Amino acid sequence: MSTTATFPAPSAPVTLPDPNTPRKPLTKGDLTAERPTWCPGCGDFTVLALYLKLLEKRQLPQESFCSISGIGCSSRFPYFVQAYGAHFIHGRSLPFASGISLSRPDLHVFVFGGDGDLLSIGGNHFTHTSRKNIKITCVIMDNCVYGLTKKQTSPTSPIGFKSKTDVTGSIDQPINPVKQAIAAGATYVARASSTNPNHLLQLLEGAVDHDGFSVIECLSECVAFYPGAFDAANPRKGGAFNLIPADHDVANEVAAYKLADAAFPGYFGLFYQSKRPTKNRLEAELNQRSQEKFQGLKDWQILKKSFEKMQ
Amino acid sequence: MQTIEKVISMSEATTLAAPALGGAKGASAVPEAIIRLAGNSQDGIQAIGGFLARLAGRSEQEVMTFMSIPSTISGGPSVFQVRISTGEVLSAGDEADLLVAFYQHSYVEHLRSLKKGGIVIYDKDQVEPNPEWEKDYRHVGVGITSLTVEAIGGTGRDKGKNLFVLGLLARMHDLNTAKLNELIKGRFGGRDAGVLDNALAAFNAGYGYSLEGAVETFRFSASAPKSRRQVVMNGNEAVAYGLIAAGVRFGTAYPITPWSDIMEILRRELPKYGGTYVQCEDEIAAICMALGGSFAGRVAVTGTSGPGFSLKTEALGWGVMAEMPLVIIDVQRGGPSTGLPTQVEQSDLNIAVYGSHGDAPRIVLAPASVEDAFYTAIEAVNLARAYSVPVIVLTDQAIGSRIEAFEEPDSEKICQDLTPDLTPVASHKLYDLSAPDGITHRRSPGTRILDGRYPVATGLEHDEYGHPTGSPKLRMDMQAKRRKKLQALVAKLPVPTVHGPAKGKVLLVGWGSSQGPIREAVDRARAAGTELSALHVRYLNPLPPGLGEILDRFERIFVVELNDEGLYGYGQLASLLRSRYCNPRIQGINKTEGLTFKVKEILDRLNEKMTRLSNLPA
Repeated sequence: MSTTATFPAPSAPVTLPDPNTPRKPLTKGDLTAERPTWCPGCGDFTVLALYLKLLEKRQLPQESFCSISGIGCSSRFPYFVQAYGAHFIHGRSLPFASGISLSRPDLHVFVFGGDGDLLSIGGNHFTHTSRKNIKITCVIMDNCVYGLTKKQTSPTSPIGFKSKTDVTGSIDQPINPVKQAIAAGATYVARASSTNPNHLLQLLEGAVDHDGFSVIECLSECVAFYPGAFDAANPRKGGAFNLIPADHDVANEVAAYKLADAAFPGYFGLFYQSKRPTKNRLEAELNQRSQEKFQGLKDWQILKKSFEKMQ
Repeated sequence: MQTIEKVISMSEATTLAAPALGGAKGASAVPEAIIRLAGNSQDGIQAIGGFLARLAGRSEQEVMTFMSIPSTISGGPSVFQVRISTGEVLSAGDEADLLVAFYQHSYVEHLRSLKKGGIVIYDKDQVEPNPEWEKDYRHVGVGITSLTVEAIGGTGRDKGKNLFVLGLLARMHDLNTAKLNELIKGRFGGRDAGVLDNALAAFNAGYGYSLEGAVETFRFSASAPKSRRQVVMNGNEAVAYGLIAAGVRFGTAYPITPWSDIMEILRRELPKYGGTYVQCEDEIAAICMALGGSFAGRVAVTGTSGPGFSLKTEALGWGVMAEMPLVIIDVQRGGPSTGLPTQVEQSDLNIAVYGSHGDAPRIVLAPASVEDAFYTAIEAVNLARAYSVPVIVLTDQAIGSRIEAFEEPDSEKICQDLTPDLTPVASHKLYDLSAPDGITHRRSPGTRILDGRYPVATGLEHDEYGHPTGSPKLRMDMQAKRRKKLQALVAKLPVPTVHGPAKGKVLLVGWGSSQGPIREAVDRARAAGTELSALHVRYLNPLPPGLGEILDRFERIFVVELNDEGLYGYGQLASLLRSRYCNPRIQGINKTEGLTFKVKEILDRLNEKMTRLSNLPA
């Protein structure tokens, strides 16, 4: 019988291997699992490479984090990372990740998914995970098309985009992921592109260090079904990679929202960051207050007190 | 069955001058009383029923209640029935000994639920009695509204009438007023002192009211002393506290009637134990978040009622495929669609057993009573852990809302600690095919795996590490693994026991909350000299061993269940049993009117079906 521990109780004491033998430094090789199944040239390769680089740079032990995804091309992600992962169902990676984050704050939870997975079928969860500010890092690998199902219109496809479900061109207003995240209450909102790896790594590092729900929209070109989609944001293809102006105040929500409204290719970098407390912290505080009256009591004694009231 | 009407003695009817406390002299001893309170949902009649039930629990009596509430936001007719007995109570009772009617509609609607010769106490200020009915039922008019206003002020629309009635009932049944006072203080004390003063004033006014010799008083005969103290709670509370005792410290849900009670209790209680209960944006998020908690090493729980269960089935399939321990509570209500939101039905058996695309074996069990609901919750958690599989507990609106008294569980003995074990391991295959009976014991994130190979939990068909596979052989092996572990469970389940003779002409089969009325029907029939047996199926998927052999020993089998007879004439459990045992003698007794089975109704329906058995009591 455990004594009542302040939540989150990490668990029973962990017996680590002999602490005198230091762990060998974690390498990219240790972190590599299955060979990615993406098409050659897919932007997702860069995101995966940068993620492994981040883990290596930060030396995050393999047991200390999880990679979670839903369904889609980008959602194959967890199979390519040699660490704990879950390949969940379509659109629901965020509530799944929330379950991990809220019950095991000792773990860092990363979510990878596409625009369809996170913003269409999972749109409701995106809103509520943002609002609750659950400590998760979420990378939206946005290719503006459904790739795994072979070219249907996605929630971020621009008006006029010709797909198998819009043969004469999409007519629906697309979602602006950055605006959506800011409006819903995400506390770290950034935009990157797979064509600028160093910039993406910087934002990933900022996201890992952020205590809250961090969202990075990363443009990741689908070379099979929407080639050239992001050329306007790629200097090597004649476009412009516009960094957010240096004088932008990331704490200014309205300014961030305005900045995110710029026409494509728009700006890249950190739009918004706030120190609003996470649900993780608020729940822990709630538990602390609830437990004050029961200090020193074992679980069965607390239960017995409830039974006494039912006599 | 002895009832009030049979044992009251008119000569002892005038005991109203008895001392206020300490028991009425000359009160008739009765073994049980069935009291029905009929009013509107805002009158607080559930509160009186609750007080009576808790008092019975403290007095070592058996008690069971029945409640119906409208699905409107406020107002609408509401009824609460409480059966208090010194012997075993199996149902809330078919017909009441006493009816309290707050309004004309309560009087008109519920008079026929009274036994012939039973007593109706009606509010003189609200009810115009029907002279026709006065012949068959004893009418006692009391100015409940005006007397309550006289006692505590306010208007007739204000609260207080319920406590006045409680006072009346306490006097009539010689209830322990000291204990009742304690209960009233427990409920109304601590807030505004005026609230408690008013409550006690209303109670005392009712208690002190002279019924002018119109009604005699009763006293419950002594009941057998219980070995442990009793607790009194409803089925939803039993599930919630059972989960806490089982060691559940993480759960998620979306509000839906009649499940919401459980999530409200868990949200309030779990933080005391260092746990968290999350209210989610929708039903789908709730099961997904619970699965996340399970993946993270907790045994997470989510719950819902009918419509919510439909929404959860895709994620449930992931739980089966990824082999995650998860407990899903379904407090069934009338379906399909929005159906009968506040009324009972047992029509989610099919979706619980089969719901989800593909072949997705899972465990389904259903508690029979409030006490059983407490222990079923614990068992569900342990089965989920042992077999790494979702476990569905099918309770229902009737069991969820009814109050029963049972022996206080031994907290120290039953409380479990399910803190995840993160001790490093040499290697780990999440879907190890060499595991005996296909039962793998999963390691949670946070556990270092020394060979450096980490598993992925997945909904795709997979290899032993959770990586996708296209191999037909692996596919078949994994499918078999998920099936075999539940087949292995069958061997460990107890063979169900028959209530009544182990073989014979007729067997009634039931599941869930119908166990009580079915047993009472069997007892009543047997007392009248008719051979009848009953079988309760607690494990619905997989079915327990020995069931087919039991069925074989009876000439006729009737599955009594609260669902439709279906296109082919059989209810959901009846269909399941027919397909499992190929026994053509299985038939059904079904209904979906939103109310639990009455004992008489079961026997009448059986008589209809078995015209040959003409000697069953009507």
